[in-house]
Amino acid sequence: MRTAALQQRHWRRLGLVAALLFACVLPLLLTDFRVFQLTMALIYAIALIGLNMLTGYNGQISLGHGAFYAVGAYTAAILMDRYGVPYWATLPVAGVLCFGVGFLFGMPALRLEGLYLALATFALAVAAPQILKYKHLEQWTGGVQGIVIFKPDPPAGLPVSQDQWLYYFTLAVLVGMFVIAWNLLRGRTGRAIVAIRDHPIAASTMGINVALYKTLTFGVSALYTGIAGALGAIVVQFVAPDSFTIFLSISLLVGIVVGGLASLSGAVFGGLFIQFVPNVADSISKAAPWAIYGIFLIGFMYLMPSGVAGALGGGWAWLRRRYGR
Amino acid sequence: MEQLAHQVFSGLATGGIYASVALALVMIYQATHLVNFAQGEMAMFATYVAWALMDAGLPYWPAFFLTLAIAFIGGIVIERLIIRPFDDADVLAAVIVFVGLLVIFNSVAGWIFSYVIKTFPSPFPAEPPFGNRLIGSHDLGAIAVTLVVLVLLFIFFRFTPLGLAMRAAAQNPASSRLVGIRVGWMRALGWGLAAAIGAVAGIMVAPIVFLDPNMMAGILLYGFAGALLGGIDNPGGAVVGGFLVGVMENIVGAYVIGTELKLTVALVLIVGVLVVRPTGLFGHKLVTRV
Repeated sequence: MRTAALQQRHWRRLGLVAALLFACVLPLLLTDFRVFQLTMALIYAIALIGLNMLTGYNGQISLGHGAFYAVGAYTAAILMDRYGVPYWATLPVAGVLCFGVGFLFGMPALRLEGLYLALATFALAVAAPQILKYKHLEQWTGGVQGIVIFKPDPPAGLPVSQDQWLYYFTLAVLVGMFVIAWNLLRGRTGRAIVAIRDHPIAASTMGINVALYKTLTFGVSALYTGIAGALGAIVVQFVAPDSFTIFLSISLLVGIVVGGLASLSGAVFGGLFIQFVPNVADSISKAAPWAIYGIFLIGFMYLMPSGVAGALGGGWAWLRRRYGR
Repeated sequence: MEQLAHQVFSGLATGGIYASVALALVMIYQATHLVNFAQGEMAMFATYVAWALMDAGLPYWPAFFLTLAIAFIGGIVIERLIIRPFDDADVLAAVIVFVGLLVIFNSVAGWIFSYVIKTFPSPFPAEPPFGNRLIGSHDLGAIAVTLVVLVLLFIFFRFTPLGLAMRAAAQNPASSRLVGIRVGWMRALGWGLAAAIGAVAGIMVAPIVFLDPNMMAGILLYGFAGALLGGIDNPGGAVVGGFLVGVMENIVGAYVIGTELKLTVALVLIVGVLVVRPTGLFGHKLVTRV
């Protein structure tokens, strides 16, 4: 039994290394535009890890993570545009700021269970573009026009294009954030987070400080999404209020449902889905991507409630039972 | 002073529409204990149906009632086909399905009817009634229609056997089933009624904001705010809440922060009500057993 478990871990590690190698080689084979698209998928994956931590693991439904993404994006853009901060240095600032905002929003959210939290965050997402357009903030946010920033150059001496460099940079951030999330969720803290989702009263009788964990989870989740937002602003080189509507938040929700609720590796599948499926559907009609999003949302809840990651895991287990020793 | 009165009256008019949306939300909440995020988009779609019927040559009132019938049946079909399998699922699954419905309705409306903004006729005369300068005919008409809907609903729930059965099914599904009420169908009826009420709201608001696939997003938010303010489990409260939100929105928009941040008012209101008084003004405290 022990050796079987060890072997399974072995295989998983091998699979991870192979996937990483593949991810490293991929941009060398593709055009710059494709590389840009892949970078966006990775960025979404970072945001999805954050949202999944909150919604999938902790059970707090957020329909407003687009707003945190916007805060991160605007932080990066304003720092780079007004204060000449180098692009990599904006990420920690965006992360810390979003942690603060998320923590603060998490406090009233404590009093809101499931449905009501979804409502309040829904309102946040709908109101976000209006707040960004607000005229007294215009001197920083640039109002409706938004802010244009410059694409950073790769470090001198590296034989890669700007897009490829940003891809590798994003990949490194994603891997780092993934490892942090994995460590956070597999131990004591992670068990507490999941226990709160499954039975808050039982969790608190076990000595878990429910209020503290919930607000902290909200903060960390916003931190992830904020860093993703900052990366998004750097890669797209542009922020404007109308990029951060309720539909961005809904995309993120689609991402965690498709990737798999309460699954970290699902974030990558979710990121790829929200980046590429609308592109394909766009060729049918301007409205088609959203119709397809909706159908996928409902369809996944019917057929694959554990998402792509869950289905792959299930398929793998079935194969092993069927053909294993 | 006259300007203030003007603001209050036009606030009451939009408040009537928020009240209808709030009423529809409360209907579904009462039947299923869920809040339907797709309510606004369903209303928008029904309004497009009304527009299409009128475009095909039907006069206003036949088109109006035909739309209500279509919305009613549509609501029942949606409940039977899409919502029912998730009856026993957790809140997250339900919210995801509602959001799925929201984007489907939004994009399908854009697909069929295009994103070009359309004008929508009003059944009421263009001249303000009784020679007053405070409130237009359409505004007054919208308020009247909302009140009529509320009275009809009250009569339905208070004095008919079917209304009683629906209330029972929502309050205690297990016992209702034991006395022979078909709880599933009561829920479906609730969805149908809510869809029809939503259609009324859409048709009443379309002459004011013009018809386009995104017209209901803000209105839905105010509807939420109104429903929460009045108490999410109280239809009368929801109507009062809706009117209050409409007036508040106008006064705050005109005198305090300007029109650009109107949606933020709804956000603050929603979070504020939920934090300070989660049951709303007229709601009951929900007690759950561990």
